[in-house]
Amino acid sequence: MNFDFSDDQKMLRDQAHKFLSEKCTTKTVRKVFTSGDGYDKDLWKQIADMGWLGTAIPEEFGGLGLGYLELCVIAEELGRALAPVPFSSTVYLFAEAILAAGTDEQKKKYLPKIASGELIGTFARAEGAGAVTPKSIRTTFKGGKLSGKKIAVVDGMDADFAVVLARSSDDAGERGTALAIVDLKGSGVKRKAEDSIDPSRKHAAIEFDGASAEALGKAGEGWSIAANVLNRAAIMTAFEQVGGSDSCLAMAKDYAMQRYAFGRLIASYQAIKHKLADMYVNTELARSNAYYGAWALSTNARELPLAAAAARVSATQAFDYASKENIQTHGGIGFTWEADCHFYYKRSRELGLSLGPQRTWKEKLVSELEASNA
Amino acid sequence: MDFEDTPEEAAFRAEAHKWLSAHAKPRRKREDRDLEEMENGASVDMAASKAWQKEKAKAGYARITWPKGMGGMGGTPMQSIIFGQEESKFDVATGGPFAIGLGMCIPTLMAYGNEEAKKRYVWPAVQGDEIWCQLFSEPAGGSDVAGLRTKAEKDGDEWVINGQKIWTTGAQFSDYGILLTRTDPNVPKHKGLTMFYIDMHDPAVEVRPIKQASGGSGFNEVFFTNLRVKDSQRLGEVGQGWQVALTTLMHERLAVGGGQGGGIDSKELMRLARTLELEDGPALKNAAVREKIADWYVREAGLKYTTYRTMTALSQGKQPGPEASIAKIVVASKLQDVSAFATELEGEAGALQGADAPAHGMFQMGWLSAPGLRIAGGTDEILRNIIAERVLGLPQDIRVDKDVPFNKAPTGR
Repeated sequence: MNFDFSDDQKMLRDQAHKFLSEKCTTKTVRKVFTSGDGYDKDLWKQIADMGWLGTAIPEEFGGLGLGYLELCVIAEELGRALAPVPFSSTVYLFAEAILAAGTDEQKKKYLPKIASGELIGTFARAEGAGAVTPKSIRTTFKGGKLSGKKIAVVDGMDADFAVVLARSSDDAGERGTALAIVDLKGSGVKRKAEDSIDPSRKHAAIEFDGASAEALGKAGEGWSIAANVLNRAAIMTAFEQVGGSDSCLAMAKDYAMQRYAFGRLIASYQAIKHKLADMYVNTELARSNAYYGAWALSTNARELPLAAAAARVSATQAFDYASKENIQTHGGIGFTWEADCHFYYKRSRELGLSLGPQRTWKEKLVSELEASNA
Repeated sequence: MDFEDTPEEAAFRAEAHKWLSAHAKPRRKREDRDLEEMENGASVDMAASKAWQKEKAKAGYARITWPKGMGGMGGTPMQSIIFGQEESKFDVATGGPFAIGLGMCIPTLMAYGNEEAKKRYVWPAVQGDEIWCQLFSEPAGGSDVAGLRTKAEKDGDEWVINGQKIWTTGAQFSDYGILLTRTDPNVPKHKGLTMFYIDMHDPAVEVRPIKQASGGSGFNEVFFTNLRVKDSQRLGEVGQGWQVALTTLMHERLAVGGGQGGGIDSKELMRLARTLELEDGPALKNAAVREKIADWYVREAGLKYTTYRTMTALSQGKQPGPEASIAKIVVASKLQDVSAFATELEGEAGALQGADAPAHGMFQMGWLSAPGLRIAGGTDEILRNIIAERVLGLPQDIRVDKDVPFNKAPTGR
């Protein structure tokens, strides 16, 4: 039984932790919250210089060629620090889509630029409120041209390229969908910033009016490739969520160990102790599910879809609980703009929705269980 | 990251499997007996359990981590886990009557007993001839064990013990017990306790089964009326009983994994849902049912992989992290929730139990037992206090009886 990260991977986690605790404090997050910038450009450059963007990109395409376990430990630290950078959209989504379905030529074209930090990418799926289903996709990709409108695209204003889930035929089901790579600075693309629930992760609406785009993977396979990419991204995001939950627990504990009420530390009241104990329990369950996801990711296991859904649901629940109860533990001060608590509360919801809500992932999870128990 | 044995572990597993194959038959079906034992401890097949224990003791598999000649082989905790995994594939009488004695009482005796006592009691316990129970909880001291009142008074070279214990698992078939008593009521409660071991067959000891709210009788009350024990049966110094009890309880917490709530889990819920029709069609296609299955599945998977993390630490020769302490909080309340939800799906038939109920009443049994599981071995609340204080380092609640002599502390009566 060796269900843990290696010493080298733990060392990488410690380095990432040290770096981010110096370079990405909540002041960094606050700056992005209140500025018009979509992300912290200095931090992004330093992250690129350290090679993190190419952690799982093979060396032949300019990456470090390490692997997914290494990427997961970095993700945990990015989540702990609430790093306001387009890491997840570029690395977990755009790069993963290219790695999953790109031609050799596409890999050569995009991956080295991702690894070096020259290219920000994202993945555009939703077109309106409600579930993203094959039927809900109205954006068309036909004859190399993309037309339609996507909403709530994470890092949509800052991204150079996007992978877009579109309709390639009249088939209303999965087989009618395709993925397209589009240059967001090209003609026929209009973008508009949208107000995000988490201002440290900005969103955009993007309109395509016959924009030139290239196919990623085969027409008819868009939905299945996207599902696979989302599964993989869900596992890495789960590590960010676990890191965020840890931060909330640490903050709540620190505050409870300083604050007096009714003549004693609030940390000595069972109402607070039990709340923090529950945060700990949920976070450890989520961490263990995320570890299993990391194993599935690193070995490309048959169990990956189930592991991804479990990691996703567990981590979303843990971060939601920890971030809301962190505010509650702080009391009134926790609800002020000046306190940092709301950064976590907002990031928790943003991460919990951006790859699809819990409801969607629970449905995937039970479908996987049905298939495996059949 | 992988789930494989190290070469040494694989070799041990093969060896254990070979030994088991030579001494037992493969198990035909999965069995989860923890609920059944809580419900009806006396139904354990004692003769079969003792025979199997003796077989293991001869080969050193009874207490793998203990030294050779004491029923062990000086093995590692990981080897103990591996043996348990292999043993569970065979049709043998495991668990039940020996867990408390060998897991808690005998280690306490080994730590505090004299050489003569160790020589006399350890081996018969290891090979299953003698069964031990732990006599701590009392009507006035459950979560607050140190609030116990069973009195031990010195009389020459003997002690005279009067009082009552409760919730004693296995007292009805125990030969010996370790007993925590109050020897000095004039000092604060933790300072006036003393530990003894006693003969459960002494006529001054009376064991009465408790009829539980769920109908079964897995636990007992034990009464002591002028029970005389020798001073040589004392474990630790007079007044040091609390430190001795902590040793016992520490051994309790070293146990990895533990019950999973009688096998009542999301998988069983899915199995039930496959067979039922609801207002809008098959239960398994109902969105509310599917959401619940997912919620409980992620908690079960989270616990399973938490156990894997603990085992990894043991496999690498490290101390397991504190995450091992979360299991019972999660399992007990989940058992209650899953079983209540299952009866909801069963509808009006869910109000039946036993053979008359759907699924042979397994969910009703789970629901009836769950309140007990949430209390036994540390209530949900005490376990949260333990996580808050020992894992997170939060301060203890203010204790108004802490520095007060026991006989001056408020009791509400």
